[in-house]
Amino acid sequence: MDFFSVLYYRFKKVWKAVRLYLVIAGPGLVVMIADNDAGGITTYAATGAKYGYHLIWFLLLLIPVAYYVQEMTVRLGAVTKRGHAEAIFESFGAFWGWFSLLDLMIVDWLTLVTEFVGMTAALGIFGVPAWLTVIVVVLLMSIIVLNGRYWTWEKIALGFCLLNLIYIPAAFMVNPSLSDIAGQGLIPNLPGGLTNELFFLLMANIGTTIAPWMLFFQQSSVVDKGLQEKDIKMGKLDTFIGSIITVSIAIFIVIVTGTLLHGTPIDDAATAAKLLMKTNHYVGAFMAIGLFDAGLLGAICISLASSWAFGEIFGWAHSLNTKVKEAPWFYISFFITLATAGVVPLIPGAPLVLITLFVQVIAVTLLPAALVFLILLLNDKKTMGEYANTRLQNIVSTIIVVSIIILSTMYGVSALFPNLFQ
Amino acid sequence: MRTINQFINKIREINLRYAKPKVEMSRAVKISLAVLRVYLFLLVVLMIYKFITVMNVL
Repeated sequence: MDFFSVLYYRFKKVWKAVRLYLVIAGPGLVVMIADNDAGGITTYAATGAKYGYHLIWFLLLLIPVAYYVQEMTVRLGAVTKRGHAEAIFESFGAFWGWFSLLDLMIVDWLTLVTEFVGMTAALGIFGVPAWLTVIVVVLLMSIIVLNGRYWTWEKIALGFCLLNLIYIPAAFMVNPSLSDIAGQGLIPNLPGGLTNELFFLLMANIGTTIAPWMLFFQQSSVVDKGLQEKDIKMGKLDTFIGSIITVSIAIFIVIVTGTLLHGTPIDDAATAAKLLMKTNHYVGAFMAIGLFDAGLLGAICISLASSWAFGEIFGWAHSLNTKVKEAPWFYISFFITLATAGVVPLIPGAPLVLITLFVQVIAVTLLPAALVFLILLLNDKKTMGEYANTRLQNIVSTIIVVSIIILSTMYGVSALFPNLFQ
Repeated sequence: MRTINQFINKIREINLRYAKPKVEMSRAVKISLAVLRVYLFLLVVLMIYKFITVMNVL
């Protein structure tokens, strides 16, 4: 074969792989980018404002952490064709099943409240009243879900994922110093030593990267999309690309606040957006739009994670490919979860700080259990066959899971007892 | 009342369906589940302690 024939053959091969990826891509990208939810944006904005570029290296370490945990749900979903909740019920019995399901329901609902808090605060910056934001969001999300096709829902969700990239132009607009980013951010360092404040922020960054709902969501999403064992390779690639994008977005947020707000205490991302507007109106506006989008994307995925899990256990039809008449309880539970969480930020004097605290604490009770179940399920050779964890995968995932459990426990306990580690 | 009864029956049916864990109960699985129980028990004790101390302050 001559040179051009070889080139053409290789191009066709690569193009075929790209097309296959585009068909299978979705669950990994959506779950990873939705991981940068309203709470996540606040954590990254606070990280940049407090420590500048100094913790970028730490964020980069979270790429393999997020990937190794989430890719296990791809294999589990594609092989068993069951969601995570159903897999726990079936493999570990009703006790652990109910524990996981009820814990998931509580933590999802509370997290959903924080998403609405983020969205109302973000649009509040542009003068949109909170009640209007809640109504529009609930209507919009219901319309997206009620279209009756998983593919359509996924493509719309991917559209919102694209909007999440708004932090990239924002970072270029603040003209950061590349040499400072490389010098301060890429060399591992702990600015000011390992203080309680730094430790708490590091744990918050881990906590926002791996959340219990992500495990349930991605596995159910893989099942609803109908991925097969042959699709696992591309599903893993999808998850890997998603984990790179999610951490990249986090880094761009850190660059924005690290450049313009370094040394300014930040309580939430909406405050960061307002402060940024004073320096650069467009960057502040981008931060607010990104916060709204992050809350919306988080809300879309979290409310679905709960509805899928309930449908799996109660035996209701629970697919986005079904119409309302075919799966009424699936859609009713989705709507109730969404609407009740949306009402909370509208209640005058609602204990929003307490809710944020509860999210951290209750997530800590569910995350270790979900992660332990995940590893045990991936070691069930009878079910997983050739897709069971290898020795190397077990070593890597066990190190990651044990580290996450220790750090997230300390995070949860320090949220309960703020003076304990001082 | 009928809906509540239906719901209770559904819960019973689920409990029955998943009464027996299907995963092979090897030593590693048993140890992991036992450690998880202890971990969660300690966490619940901590939360109850926190709740009581907060209530006392109020």
